[in-house]
Amino acid sequence: MSKIIASAAIRGAHKIVDNAESKWKQAMDKWGANEPVGFPNTAYYLPIIYGILGTKVEKLGDMEKVLKKSRAILPPLVKETHHLPYLAPALDAGMVTMFAEELIEAVRYLESPNFYTKTEDIKPDNIWLGAADDIILRKRGIEFVDGTAPGFAAILGAAPTKEIAARIAQELQQKNLYVFMCAEYNGKRFSEQLLEAGVQIGWPTRLVSFGPDVSAAVFAMGFATRAAMSFGGIEAGDFRKILIYNKDRVFAFALPMGYVTDEWYANAAGAINWGFPVIADTPIPEVLPTGICTYEHVVSNIPHEKLVAKAVEVRGLKVTVSEVPIPVAFGAAFEGERVRGEDIYLECGGGRTQMVEWVTSKPMNEVEDGKIEVIGPEVTDIKAGSRLPMAITVEVAGREMQEDYEPILERQIHHLINYAQGSMHIGQRDIAWIRINKQAVEKGFRLHHIGTILHAKLHHDFGRIFDKLQVKIYTDKDKVAQLVEQARAVYNKRDMRIEGMTDESVETYYSCTLCQSFAPSHVCVISPERTGLCGSYNWMDCKASFEINPTGPNQPVVKGQPIDAKLGQWKGVNDFVTRTSRGKIDHYNFYSLVNDPMTTCGCCEAIAAVLPLCNGVMTVNREYTGETPCGMKFTTLAGTIGGGLSTPGFVGHGKYNTTQRKFLAGDGGLLRMVWMPKMLKEELADKLKARAIELGVPDLLDKIADETIGVTEEAILPFLTEKGHPALTMDPILG
Amino acid sequence: MAEEKKLSIDPATLEMIEKANSEGVSTAFARAEVMRPCPIGAEGSCCSNCAMGPCRVPLPRGRTETPEEKKKRRGVCGATVETIAARNFVRKIAAGTASHGDHGREVAKVFLEMARGEAPGFEIKDEQKLLQLALELGVNIGNRSNKEIAIDVGKILEADFSRQEGELVFLKRAPIKRQEIWKKLGVLPRGIDREVSEALHRTHMGCDQDYKDLLLHGAKTALADGWGGSMIATELQDIMFGTPAPVASQINLGVLKIDEVNIIVHGHEPYLAETLAVVAQMPEMIEYAKSNGAKGINLAGMCCTANEILMRHGVPIAGNFLQQELAVVTGAVEAMVVDVQCIMQGLVEAASCFHTKIITTDRRAKIEGATHMEFDEHHAVESAKAVIKAAIDNFPNRRQNVRIPDYKTDIIAGFSHETINYLLGGLFRASYRPLNDNIINGRIRGVAGVVGCNNARVTHDDVHVTLVKELIKNDVLVLETGCAAMACGKAGLLVPEAAALAGPGLRSVCEAVGIPPVLHLGACIDNSRILIAATAMVKDGGLGDDISDLPAAGVAPEWMSEKAVAIGQYFVSSGVYTIFGASWPTEGSKEVTDFLFKEMENLYGGMWGFETDPLKIAKMVIDHIDKKRKALGIDKARERVLYDMAMRRELEAV
Repeated sequence: MSKIIASAAIRGAHKIVDNAESKWKQAMDKWGANEPVGFPNTAYYLPIIYGILGTKVEKLGDMEKVLKKSRAILPPLVKETHHLPYLAPALDAGMVTMFAEELIEAVRYLESPNFYTKTEDIKPDNIWLGAADDIILRKRGIEFVDGTAPGFAAILGAAPTKEIAARIAQELQQKNLYVFMCAEYNGKRFSEQLLEAGVQIGWPTRLVSFGPDVSAAVFAMGFATRAAMSFGGIEAGDFRKILIYNKDRVFAFALPMGYVTDEWYANAAGAINWGFPVIADTPIPEVLPTGICTYEHVVSNIPHEKLVAKAVEVRGLKVTVSEVPIPVAFGAAFEGERVRGEDIYLECGGGRTQMVEWVTSKPMNEVEDGKIEVIGPEVTDIKAGSRLPMAITVEVAGREMQEDYEPILERQIHHLINYAQGSMHIGQRDIAWIRINKQAVEKGFRLHHIGTILHAKLHHDFGRIFDKLQVKIYTDKDKVAQLVEQARAVYNKRDMRIEGMTDESVETYYSCTLCQSFAPSHVCVISPERTGLCGSYNWMDCKASFEINPTGPNQPVVKGQPIDAKLGQWKGVNDFVTRTSRGKIDHYNFYSLVNDPMTTCGCCEAIAAVLPLCNGVMTVNREYTGETPCGMKFTTLAGTIGGGLSTPGFVGHGKYNTTQRKFLAGDGGLLRMVWMPKMLKEELADKLKARAIELGVPDLLDKIADETIGVTEEAILPFLTEKGHPALTMDPILG
Repeated sequence: MAEEKKLSIDPATLEMIEKANSEGVSTAFARAEVMRPCPIGAEGSCCSNCAMGPCRVPLPRGRTETPEEKKKRRGVCGATVETIAARNFVRKIAAGTASHGDHGREVAKVFLEMARGEAPGFEIKDEQKLLQLALELGVNIGNRSNKEIAIDVGKILEADFSRQEGELVFLKRAPIKRQEIWKKLGVLPRGIDREVSEALHRTHMGCDQDYKDLLLHGAKTALADGWGGSMIATELQDIMFGTPAPVASQINLGVLKIDEVNIIVHGHEPYLAETLAVVAQMPEMIEYAKSNGAKGINLAGMCCTANEILMRHGVPIAGNFLQQELAVVTGAVEAMVVDVQCIMQGLVEAASCFHTKIITTDRRAKIEGATHMEFDEHHAVESAKAVIKAAIDNFPNRRQNVRIPDYKTDIIAGFSHETINYLLGGLFRASYRPLNDNIINGRIRGVAGVVGCNNARVTHDDVHVTLVKELIKNDVLVLETGCAAMACGKAGLLVPEAAALAGPGLRSVCEAVGIPPVLHLGACIDNSRILIAATAMVKDGGLGDDISDLPAAGVAPEWMSEKAVAIGQYFVSSGVYTIFGASWPTEGSKEVTDFLFKEMENLYGGMWGFETDPLKIAKMVIDHIDKKRKALGIDKARERVLYDMAMRRELEAV
């Protein structure tokens, strides 16, 4: 910390704490101590205060304790000559700043409930999204965990021009980073500049307009703090672990753009506690010695064209950007970008025309690697706003290629096309739907570039399982119709095969330790009938992933001697888990939530819990924010059992797993299911019905209660009794 | 005649030497001119351990001795020069260990009295440290009161003094590898008193006459100081008086005030001084001073007592060891209140030329001609009041010949292990990581502990200051205690602005943390803090797995006391290369000296060294640091590691 920075940070912290105190006092006068306060839909209260101090701020009155603590920590200003050491006081001041700003923002939620949109997307009349709720945290969290998003850039202020803003944002997006924006400089804000430049902002494009003021920086820090608690399984109040977790695992940094005020310095000092360095575009003093952050703490006066590269280097982040030779930007951050009505140049599929995507193996001599053909009209042959049918066929050949890998490669098409700026892709197989916008076409994007993308990326990511790949893109109506039929026959064959796969039919399961970057003791073992709890990986995916990367996070696990066939426990699996959980977990059961269930990281799609009174289980999906009969919302449940713990009575699982035959088989299976959110029932309806028929209770779905029946066990029990739910007559679920 | 040696580099000191000379007051500086050191004793070649001697077995001057001559160098009993030199050396260690031990024992006694409510002036100031220590010692905390916990803690530590078997409790704090080395060599001290007592026995006439065996026990005895008496004293003092935190103050004789009652506390044990610091602020005392014509009461410290109350209260320091008589020579000191260690008897004679009262306060250290007002910890405040009152009563007796040198320098002091830990990362990220990190990346080349006394045989403060300036210029972070810290304080090296004198790497770290390049860690008893800091560095990782792996060294360039030898030996035995200046007490025996300088490195990883020229000492330190850097593989710039997801997965959970 240079003296100038430390002095300014401490001054800034004093101002911010004063401000928080006066805002709190005003609110107290108006609302009283018992008024509930908090950020929307989160189990982590005011997350920084909760994570660092372990204090739950639930009511206005609870803030007093935090303010007192802040006052006690707030260091005196730095003397001009013969000053006392200032690094530690400045870091403390920075932390206090975070507490105070959380209070300020919480009071704002109380005073102006509609100040923030509380959504993932901006609204026409409001671009400020406010704190990420727990749904966003978990949904986006998986990207942090699996590396699709290695970290985030917190941008304060504004760039000199909107063009520079757009360029920096795009550069960050191309490095897959999230961009969290707040504060104003020279009457401008980075978020506003992006909008002016025509850039789509919001969570889907990773350009997150948190808020207009510097205090919105706490939404970024709160996100990081919650990541440590929810994915790292660190207890609230264990501040040291939370901060070091972030230093080691969350690759974030701050980019103050424009004049650095005392308040900005205070926020920067706060961020350094998390190990997030500061890279400034102005000539502020530098702090180069290392220690709190992995490398430098403050680096300054960086030209805008070098800002992102410098930031990534200072943070110690290795970003592998695969260069795809197409005329638009390409990266995971563009996946969520939308193409709307008047922007559409070309639209295919989506019920308007026929569209199909199909990956198929061919003999080596029939595939010419890198060959891309467009059969039918190109975008240059049509007018803006046109529709065309489309069939994308990807033909691969190679010694390692297996038929089983075809669907895996095929599933990549969705996000790979989405990664291209200006194109939007929805669905898969014969329900695929693509839109390409005018700007992309203007920049020179053509249909054959879809082939370029697929060739480059599939080679890059899956090169080990095939040698050659060619792409044919058909826009000819008859040819497309013919291919749809051909592909459908293949899809049917594939589905039958997958259907037939059972846990008993294989000797080898696959591990998934992808999440260990965030949940160090968590290890999933995936069997054919128990897909990953994040919903992203099934047995076949893991198998392919292992073929592709033999030392990667998916390793074969020979299941070995069964220890308990009913609950799903094998010696080989236990040994593997003991080793890879670094000794934290020595056994678990695949098919039970009552007895030592599988561990859960923070990113499960759904969580099942025992309902003892109903002699059954419930499950709740991440998107459902309401109360549930087990007494906890999804987010509280995830906070309680996440982080690599095995918690009897609860288990995280993928949504699809609910419909698999081994789902909780050790506890009685799907027939135990007494409550699900309505939205989940609807989402899984077809598959659930099919499974219910198999189980001999065809109307099971109608017997399962949802929130319209009740959100307590007492409230749903009469319904279950009336409907004659099978769980009520099963053996007692608890011993 | 050779060019006359410069007496001091400190202008205040030179001014007062001149005043003393012109007023006919005897000082150590003048006496050193007349009293030359005994050349035989200086090299350790005199044995007075029995009445058949003293036997003098000096090394021939100016030439190499012949084997025949060597054979003849024996005492009446046949003791070889090796035995004699080693015995003398071990006796110094024993005396030093006994001094720190007795200090520690007294602290433990007062601590227990405090815990039992029998010493009303004292209380537990650092609860956190008490609880941490209780945890470390396995004392049950539960719902017990602090005082109950303190009684258990005090008893456990007090027992270390008289322990007969087993080992001292704090040895467990050392790095595992270090403990194994001690165990292998059989130098894990059992009880503090036992090792001192055995040292005296072994060195008795006709007892242990194998110099290597003697020096082995010397090492064991010294460890009972560093990881025993000294450490116990520091820990309990911190709990009772507060763990030091950075504080601003001033140093040198210019802190004395012409119009106030000047009281100097001098010596080593802090309880009286602590009480004086509080009582001197009492309105009734200030009123009493005013009624006697003074504007107020000005408390200042000297020697290590000064360091104690500087670190905890910001009380200014009047000067270091060789300035004690000079403080009296100002004619402005109403009372010099002394307890134990390093109190020159010459003070009484100097005081006789002025109105100054020399007040002894410790039952163990009385001086003929001084006023004895024994400090009673059961009535601490009353004792302190009486002393201050006596000083105030003496204010009207000031004579005409008052002159306070107009020299004082700003300092920042108070760097304990705990505060360094805090300062490097704040409340939420406290650790030694930034220190280790910047040593590993080379911004800081290494760490040197520069400690010890003043010695009238060398230019006062010069060796300290020249050495330290050279070290920081070469990016070596310097940790100091005792009179060494004061020398550098007077030279302006203890303020953050001194970073301008440091090399670019060290300077950047100092500027980042806001610290001076030279850190004042306290009194000489607080050298144990350096052991703790060194251990903390090892435990933080990246710099090897033992203290001896650290790129670090220790120096006592102006040493004079037996305590210094004990300190030096416990550093060596803990794995630190330790260099002494001034003179070397075993020069009479090449074998003993070689053993200490070379063979010890093979045994302990640390060894002794000797050099009088400060720039050469600096080179020895830097060479050693570079050697250690090389062994650690941190002598070359490292590639920046960029992390991808796979590398993050490999990380252990925190």
